Amino acid sequence: MAIEQKKVKNFTLNFGPQHPAAHGVLRLVLEMNGEIVDRADPHIGLLHRGTEKLIEYKTYLQALPYFDRLDYVSMMCQEQAYSLAVEKLIDHTDIPLRAQYIRVLFGEITRILNHLLALTCHAMDVGALTPFLWAFEEREKLMEFYERVSGARMHAAYVRPGGVSLDLPLGLSEDIFYFAQNFSSRIDEMEEMLTNNRIWKQRLVDVGIVTAEEALNWGFTGVMLRGSGVSWDLRKSQPYDGYEQFHFDIPVGTRGDCYDRYLIRVEEMRQSIAIIMQCLNAMPTGPIKVDDKKVTPPSRSHMKKSMESLIHHFQFYTEGFAVKSNETYTAVEAPKGEFGVYLVSNGTNRPYRCKIRAPGFAHLQGLNLMTKGHMLADVVTMIGTQDIVFGEVDR
Amino acid sequence: MTNHSIFDQIPDWILFTVTQKDETLVYVDKSNLKKVLLFFKDHMNCRIKTVIDICGADYPYRSDRFEIVYQLLSVEYNQRVSLKVCTNEVTPIESITDLFCSASWFEREVWDMYGIHFTNHPDMRRILTDYGFEGHPLRKDYPLTGYSEVRYDDTQKRVITEPLELNQEFRYFDFSSPWIEHKRNKK
Repeated sequence: MAIEQKKVKNFTLNFGPQHPAAHGVLRLVLEMNGEIVDRADPHIGLLHRGTEKLIEYKTYLQALPYFDRLDYVSMMCQEQAYSLAVEKLIDHTDIPLRAQYIRVLFGEITRILNHLLALTCHAMDVGALTPFLWAFEEREKLMEFYERVSGARMHAAYVRPGGVSLDLPLGLSEDIFYFAQNFSSRIDEMEEMLTNNRIWKQRLVDVGIVTAEEALNWGFTGVMLRGSGVSWDLRKSQPYDGYEQFHFDIPVGTRGDCYDRYLIRVEEMRQSIAIIMQCLNAMPTGPIKVDDKKVTPPSRSHMKKSMESLIHHFQFYTEGFAVKSNETYTAVEAPKGEFGVYLVSNGTNRPYRCKIRAPGFAHLQGLNLMTKGHMLADVVTMIGTQDIVFGEVDR
Repeated sequence: MTNHSIFDQIPDWILFTVTQKDETLVYVDKSNLKKVLLFFKDHMNCRIKTVIDICGADYPYRSDRFEIVYQLLSVEYNQRVSLKVCTNEVTPIESITDLFCSASWFEREVWDMYGIHFTNHPDMRRILTDYGFEGHPLRKDYPLTGYSEVRYDDTQKRVITEPLELNQEFRYFDFSSPWIEHKRNKK
């Protein structure tokens, strides 16, 4: 007698939006075949704030702080992308060398800031709480550097079109130097905890494999692309803000799994330290913004002494500057991948259209591809390895 | 793309190209969009394997009011191209999801924000706005404040959507100086 075949219906599981491993407000509708994921359908938009629409109603300078609030763990890289785009539109790509160095310096601090959060939150999702606590202590130090240079711990609005808003305060370079000197042993400590850890490897090795072809087809950039063995980093291939003057290596993965991406992020932090050291050693003197009073505000002391500077100051902060009709797509290598700004100007003082290309948006789209055939618990690993932050995905 | 001989190979499919500094913009008619993309994807001198971004833009004063801009990237040759097609509210555009998987969500976003429809798209749903949202918010004729607001109603014990009520009329300050002529470009 044959055993009667029972029809088994797939189970639909709702993951998030209130789930500690969902990295914010991700709602995943998972179609489960037993404990195997058949299909993952991310529902996004729960953090949608209409940044792009709001920017259309702001002047070019007022639009800048919105970029801090997109990916709220890699603030200055996004400011940099927007500033570069505006500079391209107003033909001011010739910003002073010191400003470029400061941008690179803080760009790399931002990279460390982001990778510390990405790696250790990933570790926490997978079950190791301790590195998270260590990393947040280091992040606190880095955010202190942010605070000392701009006055804000996170939403700095420091990198502006035409340079940076303020010069480095006295003693900051020295403190960053001491931090960078000590930080590599902090990375060692974290690596001791994770890299050869049996549980960590069991959870990460051969999980979420993405081939190079798939990664390109799905629009992956940054670590997600390099993990699959494609040596692609905009800092090397399309350098901006003088990155071509610095010596650093691009770590590339071989297997395209979560463990490779973990190793790449660790190595990128070490490379960032190297860039920070080069920056500090070769920091040039000179102005920190272009000498064009239509684009950058006059200094405080000038404003108090000269009538013309006062007028410029007032005009700059109320009316802003008009940008002739033009358009550009400018991208930088943000810690998460390619962060691009498509900016259209129409001759007024406000952007006509500003499209923000967030790396996380494309990565999250590939979640279905990555999770198919994996266990439910691996979904959490996958979200962690993609380093999703909802501020930028939902915009 | 610096190598313009590639565009010369498909003169019938390309309307015209614009190059400024290092950026190349290719205007394509919507009927030829897919052919051009396939050509870019597989031609040995392009090998554009990634669609980085698809973005809409609204120019209400034009007859074809919407522009869709495809940001393409060739990792192999380290080159970028932008591709532009124009359309209006009622004319759909062919989806390129079967050529580039990444286009799926980008096209959904364009649909959500501008209401431009893509044919043959496997999953044409809204993406960023709320479930049951009406309208296409990034159109220029859509007000910044929107039409409805959402709040938790304590008597009904649920979140409700109501028509928008502003305590103060929306103010749009025009700071542009009367002395400096801002030339609005209306093509």
